[in-house]
Amino acid sequence: MSLRKLTLFELKDKFTKGEVSAAEIVKAYFQRITVVESKVKAYITPAKKDALLKEADDLDYKLRGWRKIAPLMAMPIAVKDNICTEGVKTTCGSRMLENFVPSYDATVVSRLREQGYFLIGKTNLDEFAMGSSTENSAFGPTRNPWNLACIPGGSSGGSAAAVAADLCAAALGSDTGGSIRQPAACCGVVGLKPTYGRVSRYGLVAFASSLDQIGPITKDVRDAALMLQLIAGHDPLDSTSADVPVPDYQKALKFTMRGMKVGVPLEFFAEGLDPEVELAVRTAIIKMQELKAEIREISLPMTTYAVATYYLIATAEASSNLARYDGVKYGYRAAKEKGLLETYMKTRQEGFGPEVKRRIMLGTYALSAGYYDAYYGKAQSVRTLIKRDFDEAFKDVDMIVTPTMPTPAFKLGEKVQDPLQMYLSDIYTISVNLAGVPAIVLPCGFSSGKLPIGLQIIGRPFEEEKIIRAAYAYEQATDWHKKRPTL
Amino acid sequence: MEIRKEQVEHVAKLARLEVSEDEKTTFARQLSGILTHIDQLKELDTAGVEPTATVLPTDNVFRDDEVRPSLSQEQALANAPDQADGFFRVPKILEDR
Repeated sequence: MSLRKLTLFELKDKFTKGEVSAAEIVKAYFQRITVVESKVKAYITPAKKDALLKEADDLDYKLRGWRKIAPLMAMPIAVKDNICTEGVKTTCGSRMLENFVPSYDATVVSRLREQGYFLIGKTNLDEFAMGSSTENSAFGPTRNPWNLACIPGGSSGGSAAAVAADLCAAALGSDTGGSIRQPAACCGVVGLKPTYGRVSRYGLVAFASSLDQIGPITKDVRDAALMLQLIAGHDPLDSTSADVPVPDYQKALKFTMRGMKVGVPLEFFAEGLDPEVELAVRTAIIKMQELKAEIREISLPMTTYAVATYYLIATAEASSNLARYDGVKYGYRAAKEKGLLETYMKTRQEGFGPEVKRRIMLGTYALSAGYYDAYYGKAQSVRTLIKRDFDEAFKDVDMIVTPTMPTPAFKLGEKVQDPLQMYLSDIYTISVNLAGVPAIVLPCGFSSGKLPIGLQIIGRPFEEEKIIRAAYAYEQATDWHKKRPTL
Repeated sequence: MEIRKEQVEHVAKLARLEVSEDEKTTFARQLSGILTHIDQLKELDTAGVEPTATVLPTDNVFRDDEVRPSLSQEQALANAPDQADGFFRVPKILEDR
């Protein structure tokens, strides 16, 4: 079996046993990149082949007679391009940061580095993670490996496509309103958004600080558990990272759902859900019942208000966070302007793309004098109601199972001109961020157009192990995760 | 909620964004559409509902005030569009009205 098809766990196992060298791994992945990257365009900045090969050779040499292997040694992992990597460009998919080279690593990156990972590339994204299709990247769209005419989802579309196309062994993404889970669903891979506070955000370029969270995108559930293990935990550099013990997630990998109560919210199966998606998700729920889970119908009545709430809170926070791009400390600056104010205005006009501007405008409006209470304040109160919905539901059930996206991946260009339609495609993922709870997405079928469909399992705060257990039991009882696109 | 071009101009100024005539028209139309959808929140009675700014308990985080490693001046300036003598250089401020 070719190396690139192995899961992270399998590849790590082979390397640990000495069955494959670091150089062989790196060569195999660069061969794959040479063949398919021009079609998929998952990377903004792929690793430099010569430099990584030298790193691999050095590691192989060093390991002769010394077999102490760190968990991720020689593992080619991709990182979304809004996560800072020391000495490697971090563009956020924006002209504004086209030449930005961070002088420090994000905490998640330092953790992976300590475990010996190889950075195989920085992946494409919607500019500043704002979008659901990766079409908002200043460097051109990524394509869905299952159908190159379709979007890979977004905003972590590059990471999801890279995992699905075997362009990396695993990847990191970030999720503010579904940006890990929705692309994972579109590309038929596993995506995990941890509880808000579970993973440090230090070095993640801020979009909406009360919603952003970093998480893994992987080929299967076991890999997601492994990646989460390595990045989770308290970080003194992020005061919103929670000081909560991190359990051993590999212990959650069991083949049964016995004793687990699973809620099915009727609002997630209402108007607008594609019948093929509904059928795949309902069939998955029957499978969970066979796995001894107890299924209960529940209600999350605030679901219909989630999109409206999210697009006020996220844009308000974004308008404040993105005020830092003023052409002074880093990033793009417009040429030769008369004064400081004019420099600000022109720099931001030329540096930001249309979606980022639209969100800054919406957020600024929602926070402006005379509208603050009616919009931002109102949205914060509705957020409380949305969170209460989940608190109530979790009194009766351990987890909630839903579709991830109303339809399979849509065609490139289909929704670019209609931002509201694009926003509405996030309806099943964004309430999770507003409530701050964890959720995992994994493949549960295919549409008649041969596009993957994703199942979402939502858990209680800091109970990632339960949703990992459910996802693993379901995954092992089906073979969706073994299907790979032909490229 | 209908957004007029003048409101787009006002908000753009607050956001320090220069917008072209075309953008003003497009934003007015698109923001009106989005805000019309958002107006459904008005159906909800939120009287007495506490706002949620963050889902985590908000405790202050303290640490001892001691010197720790940080970025060097050179690193801090490494991405500056313009710099001089160890400072960020910006266009003249006083002429700006």
